[in-house]
Amino acid sequence: MIKITNLQASIDEKPILRGINLEIKAGEVHAIMGPNGSGKSTLASVLAGRDHFNVTGGSVEFMGKDLLEMSPEDRAREGVFLAFQYPVEIPGVSTTNFIKTAVNETRKYRGLEPLDAVNFLKMMKEKMKLVNIDQSLLSRSLNEGFSGGEKKRNEIFQMAMLEPKLAILDETDSGLDIDALRIVANGVNEYRSKDNAFLVVTHYQRLLDYIVPDFVHVLYNGRIVRSGGKELALELEEKGYDFIKNEFAVTEEA
Amino acid sequence: MYEENDDILEQVTSSEYKYGFVTDIEADSAPKGLSEDIVRFISAKKKEPEWLLEWRLKAYRQWLNMVEPTWPNVKYPTINYQDIIYYSAPKQKIAPNSLDEVDPELRKTFEKLGISLTEQKRLTGIAVDAVMDSVSVATTFKEELAELGIIFCSMSEAVQEHPELVKQYLGSVVPATDNYFSALNSAVFTDGSFCFIPKGVRCPMELSTYFRINAANTGQFERTLIVAEEGSYVSYLEGCTAPMRDENQLHAAVVEIVSHAHAEVKYSTVQNWYPGDKEGKGGIYNFVTKRGICLGDHSKISWTQVETGSAVTWKYPSVILKGDKSVGEFYSVAVTNNYQQADTGTKMMHIGKNTRSRIVSKGISAGKSHNSYRGLVQVGRKATNARNFSQCDSLLLGDKCGAHTFPYIEVKNNSSIVEHEATTSKIGEDQIFYCNQRGIDTETAVALIINGFAKEVMNQLPMEFAVEAQKLLAISLEGSVG
Repeated sequence: MIKITNLQASIDEKPILRGINLEIKAGEVHAIMGPNGSGKSTLASVLAGRDHFNVTGGSVEFMGKDLLEMSPEDRAREGVFLAFQYPVEIPGVSTTNFIKTAVNETRKYRGLEPLDAVNFLKMMKEKMKLVNIDQSLLSRSLNEGFSGGEKKRNEIFQMAMLEPKLAILDETDSGLDIDALRIVANGVNEYRSKDNAFLVVTHYQRLLDYIVPDFVHVLYNGRIVRSGGKELALELEEKGYDFIKNEFAVTEEA
Repeated sequence: MYEENDDILEQVTSSEYKYGFVTDIEADSAPKGLSEDIVRFISAKKKEPEWLLEWRLKAYRQWLNMVEPTWPNVKYPTINYQDIIYYSAPKQKIAPNSLDEVDPELRKTFEKLGISLTEQKRLTGIAVDAVMDSVSVATTFKEELAELGIIFCSMSEAVQEHPELVKQYLGSVVPATDNYFSALNSAVFTDGSFCFIPKGVRCPMELSTYFRINAANTGQFERTLIVAEEGSYVSYLEGCTAPMRDENQLHAAVVEIVSHAHAEVKYSTVQNWYPGDKEGKGGIYNFVTKRGICLGDHSKISWTQVETGSAVTWKYPSVILKGDKSVGEFYSVAVTNNYQQADTGTKMMHIGKNTRSRIVSKGISAGKSHNSYRGLVQVGRKATNARNFSQCDSLLLGDKCGAHTFPYIEVKNNSSIVEHEATTSKIGEDQIFYCNQRGIDTETAVALIINGFAKEVMNQLPMEFAVEAQKLLAISLEGSVG
């Protein structure tokens, strides 16, 4: 589905990603872990097309197309979804109206007719159950005055509505209590299928108890330094990130 | 067109100038410039009664002794009042017999605004008075409204048909000498709408006036007067557009509203005069005086304005709350882009007891524009328990524009409560990116955010126009982000 080859990116001349190689196939869930400042969120942002990062090298192929050539909105319409670590507030724009605009813009791109009010509502009702979200929340201004948990649930709800091929979850677990975490994870698991894929960016192993990954990668200093199965996450949990730091601090010097 | 102007110039400069009026009385335009003779010319053209001519002349003489205000937060080159044509009638025959005779260009612009003169749209029940340059070209639904005793016609017609009403109310809310531009308007006003709702009648449809400046070098000075008798109701909408021209044109209108006891007048404006080009060349100077008086107890006046046009805007739709328990409202969205300047707001003058007013102002600035809110809330000595709530929000797009707020509060009664809230925000890159990431392109995202910001005001607009006004906001800001 997505093939990342030697991806390099910098911000203000400072390199953050120093050559990422990663391939994700349909039906797979990959987790990216790593200490603070390792480049996890940068990877998520670069894939989504945030323009304050400069891509300085490498390539990303998504469903056979050059992802890096596309505008952020076209990436979204092609099926790349980013669940934000810090969802943005837009006063005066109801969540329903926002999602309706998003769904119909995406449908337009794909050559489909816009959903009428009845069908849109039907779809919404269905997806609302997925993350236990309330109608009243959706008629409020987007993310304005939402609790941390409500914001994250809203992200997953939007994901379900937009039906992406690849969903990137950027620290979706941050700021969630255990109940909210369970609800969010449940939404993800419900959506998970053989046709889509997930890239789960997280600092803690905790989320991976609920969203069980097929592969775990450790990002450090802008590179994937270790890859393995879900047991790698447990190993990290047990040993902490220091052993990675120590191990690779040495090789960096060399 | 230019040749025509040269001819007019020649006329003005020729020695026969003064007599030109007499011989040229059937001409489409008056010569450039302002003088007592021009005032007489306009009055004669409109076959006005003597008292109105005197009223105009008095205003003109007073105007001569007044100075143009300099306190607004706007800059523009000095206006040469002798370089303006004060009367211009479109070439088409005045008062066409059927709507088919109305200029198709005019109709097209109507349709763009969601206001149509065509038969099929008439079924939606909006009565329209169309004013081009100096004269009213068509008024729809007149007969239907007349059955209810409602008078809806051009000001010129009202002067002829209902002189007693015009005489009673003209200048009763905005006296000729109120300010520089109202004095000018009183001297040279050419047309506008007149609307009278008799006692106890609820006007069954939206009344609407559509103004268009068409001819070059012409000023537009229209005068609108709305009178709502006891217990009546009317919702009124005005729309304005002008063609693109390199030179600036002056628009100095006066709107007066009288609301008697238990009456309600809702006045909505979608102002889309030509704002000038991207470099700030051309555009309309929109210097307008709008004021209503809640004369009787329990009366209400509500102003809603969506201001997207004009190079320079200077207007403060106001309400004098004279009757006890009367209510005044002001809802405004003002958008400025490129080099546009707007200094707009309201005045709420609480005189009666238990009067209430509400001000919601949303300013959106983009490009190199400047957008000012200027408001005055005045509570008089006898206005026991007066209440005001004001909210002024500014939204900035980019970092070269300015938003300014000048709220004035004068309270002379201890029992009153006056509240003022203000916010300034910017459309963030984060917000745009968030929208982009959901498949929404930047233009659509800006429109979405802007409309969210302005929603509280847009909700006040009559349904038929809200959608068009939303589109207008988006169009006005096209290319201002990214």
